Parts: sequence; structure tokens; C-alpha cells
Amino acid sequence: MTDALFYLFSTLTLAAAVLVVVNRNAVNSAVFMILSFLGMASLFVLLEAYFLAVIQVLVYAGAVIVLFLFIIMLLDVRGGDRARFRPLTAIASFAAGALLLTGVGLLFREPSLQLAPPPSPGVGASLRDFGALLFTRYLLPMQVTGFLLLIAMIGVIVLSKRFEAARRDPAA
Amino acid sequence: MPALPCLSALPFLAAIGLNHYIAVAAMLFAIGFFGVLLRQNTLVIYMSLELMLNAATLAAVAFSRYNGTMDGNVFVFFIITVAAAEVAVGLAIVVALFRKRHTVQVEELDALKN
Repeated sequence: MTDALFYLFSTLTLAAAVLVVVNRNAVNSAVFMILSFLGMASLFVLLEAYFLAVIQVLVYAGAVIVLFLFIIMLLDVRGGDRARFRPLTAIASFAAGALLLTGVGLLFREPSLQLAPPPSPGVGASLRDFGALLFTRYLLPMQVTGFLLLIAMIGVIVLSKRFEAARRDPAA
Repeated sequence: MPALPCLSALPFLAAIGLNHYIAVAAMLFAIGFFGVLLRQNTLVIYMSLELMLNAATLAAVAFSRYNGTMDGNVFVFFIITVAAAEVAVGLAIVVALFRKRHTVQVEELDALKN
């Protein structure tokens, strides 16, 4: 049952990701990305990381994609882009991707990586452990992340405001 | 659920393990990689970048699950937080760029060329 669900959700994630990349229209890309993120959240559930699955749906499928759609519609970019691939870029990227996939494909031959099945109660299942770790061992990264969010917020405000100021200056 | 003997001969169709998750993460990373290199719309490039970040996230969660520790999950929590901040800043930069140059196609954003 779990195996079938794994194949279902990984196929969903990968197919949606391919459609994100191939789609000509940026809005369609963003909507397929929601699908990809939902498939990813389902894979997190299969890995018993329930909290991360919820966070994935809330933050990525909720906030990030809404931000993307907002910007796409704000900029009103018509027709996506022209299908002009530089042949050299295409060849190089396909070679690099093939190398990556070959390297990972070799994992399947490696018997030492066929790990034993994981401990039965999943570690990500307990929200209490999550909070305890965040406020003990990872307290400093937690604080730094909060500070980073503050900096990002200020940065976004400055980035959005500066153009208005620069425009007003020559007129004044 | 007993595995069929004919299927267990193929390594891919064995019981789902860490390798399968890593393979999915690698394929997702490769797809995002193609998107970053082949597309010309800055917003789609940015979305492909997010796909690559998600692939790394999936690998971290899988390693954490099969290692039996929480640390990978906590790392992924931080990664998601940083990614949200990064998306906000990046999209603000794209908007500022669009106001300045009136395009989001990377082919036309060549002010630093030569």
C-alpha cells in the first residue's frame, strides 16, 4: 500500500515539475508548481514528517505560490518566452543532468545503502520533540532565522521603496 | 504485503527504501536544473530554483527518517523559512528590475555584458 502511494505521489511530483519547466505560460507553471508541492507534502507524510508536510502546504503552496502568482499578474508578462534554446546550453545541461542521474542510479547497485527499515514510530511524528529541539539544541539557529526574516522584510521594503525615491529626486 | 518474486529481481521495484526517495529527489533536482538553464523567463527560472531547493529538502527528510533522528527535519524547517524569505526578496528584485528595464527575459537583461 505504502509502495503504491510512494509511486503515485512521486510520479505526481515529478510530472508536475516537468510541466512547470515545459509550460509556456508562467501562470500555468505556478499552478503546476502547487501540484508539485502537494505531491512533495504527500511524500513527507509517507516519511512520517507530518509537521513538515503541513508547513510545506502552508508556506510553499500557500504563501510562496500566491506571491509568485501575484507578481506574475502584476508584471503581466505575455506569452512566456520564445523557444530559443542555445544549443550549447541545452547540450551542457542535458549532459550535467545525465551525470547526476547516473550517479544516483549507481546508488541502486550499492548494497551498503540498502538500509534497514527505519524505526517504527517516525521521528517526525512528534511535534513535542520538534519544539524541544528547536528551543534547546537549535536555539541559536532559531534566533538567527528570526533575525533573517526581519532583515528580509526590511530588505523587501527598501527594494520596493527605493525606486520611488530615485524617481522623485530628479523631478524635485 | 509480500513482494512478488519476479519483481524483487529488479532493484527498482524492491521495497521502498531510502534509495527511492533519493532517486526522486535527484530527478526533481535535475528537472529544476533544466528549468534554470533552459528557460528565459526570470520568474520561471526562479520557480525552477524553488524546485531544486525542494529536491534537497526531500533528500534531507528522507535521510532524517532513515537515520532515526530529528535533526534533518529541523534543518528542513529552517530551509523552508529561509526559502520563504529568499522568495520575498527575490521577487522584490524582479519587480524592481521590471520597473527599470520593462522585461523579465534574461536574454534582454545584459547590462553587465562586455
